[in-house]
Amino acid sequence: MNASSTWLLFLVIGMGTFILRYLFIYLFGKIEMPNWLRRVLRFVPAAALAALVFPALTHPTGHLDFSLNNFRLLAGLSGAIVAWKTRNVLLTILVGLMLLWILNAAFGV
Amino acid sequence: MNKDFLAGARGALPILIGVIPFATITGVAAVSVGLTFFETMGMSVIVFAGASQLAVFQLMSVGSPWIIMVLTAWVINLRFTMYSAALAPYLQKLSAWQKAPLAYMLSDQAFGISLSHFTVTKEEVSHRWYYFGTALTIWIAWQISAVIGALLGALVPASWGFDFAFPLSFMALMFAALRDRPTVVAALAGGIIAVLAKGLPYNTGLVLAIFLGISAGYLAESLKTPQGAAQ
Repeated sequence: MNASSTWLLFLVIGMGTFILRYLFIYLFGKIEMPNWLRRVLRFVPAAALAALVFPALTHPTGHLDFSLNNFRLLAGLSGAIVAWKTRNVLLTILVGLMLLWILNAAFGV
Repeated sequence: MNKDFLAGARGALPILIGVIPFATITGVAAVSVGLTFFETMGMSVIVFAGASQLAVFQLMSVGSPWIIMVLTAWVINLRFTMYSAALAPYLQKLSAWQKAPLAYMLSDQAFGISLSHFTVTKEEVSHRWYYFGTALTIWIAWQISAVIGALLGALVPASWGFDFAFPLSFMALMFAALRDRPTVVAALAGGIIAVLAKGLPYNTGLVLAIFLGISAGYLAESLKTPQGAAQ
């Protein structure tokens, strides 16, 4: 990606994100958020984050790999336990990355 | 200086323990996918939404098309509309121009701290100052940490596999978002469909999986709630 399209990408994402932040603060008293929308939005973080996480673990090199040689899957599942127990972003990253390095160092080719 | 503004700033201090490392990681991650220091800070100021920024970096690292990056970032940031709707009554006396910078500074943490504070105090004027103090403190801490991250990022060699920090950080955020059975259904459906649809061209499977995951969660909740009680 060249420099100008990178900046354009940031601007488009940033403007959209600003509108999402501003919309209902601005519209207060004019339009209420419909109840169905409120109920739908509740599921956005769980669905979106899972959709980013799962394939990154099962497809580390672009194709499906459920073998024990898929170190990212093993390290990721360990990270999942840390995430589940602590909800701590930093701790999850540290444990997951360390485990990936150890697996690579011990069994990597 | 306004006492409610200061109270808001003080209220934000404990949560900086979480904000600072997350912003630092975002800065490191930006540099690791090849962004310059200037681009990293530009994005940090323009977008100011860590999870969506990390998602864009992960998609950049696998060469996803532009439109998928934009849609994914927007979908992840859809949650801000919920915060915006909940905060709106407390900011209603301000003009549209005064609301704009306050909306721009809206973050998960500023929302959480302010709203829990609002339930204990009834003074109308103090609310917006309190929110302003909280949101600005978090914004400043975020940007300073992002600068530090961007500088540190230049020292991290690519061979360390730092790109693996993306799914790991999403993992922690995902578990924090699992509040009940329907949200677990949404996550499982979104994740599994993303795996199955991985082969679709231009990474369209990701956006498809997110929408189907949301639908699955919504459906699970509708089935759980008796029709008459659902509002």
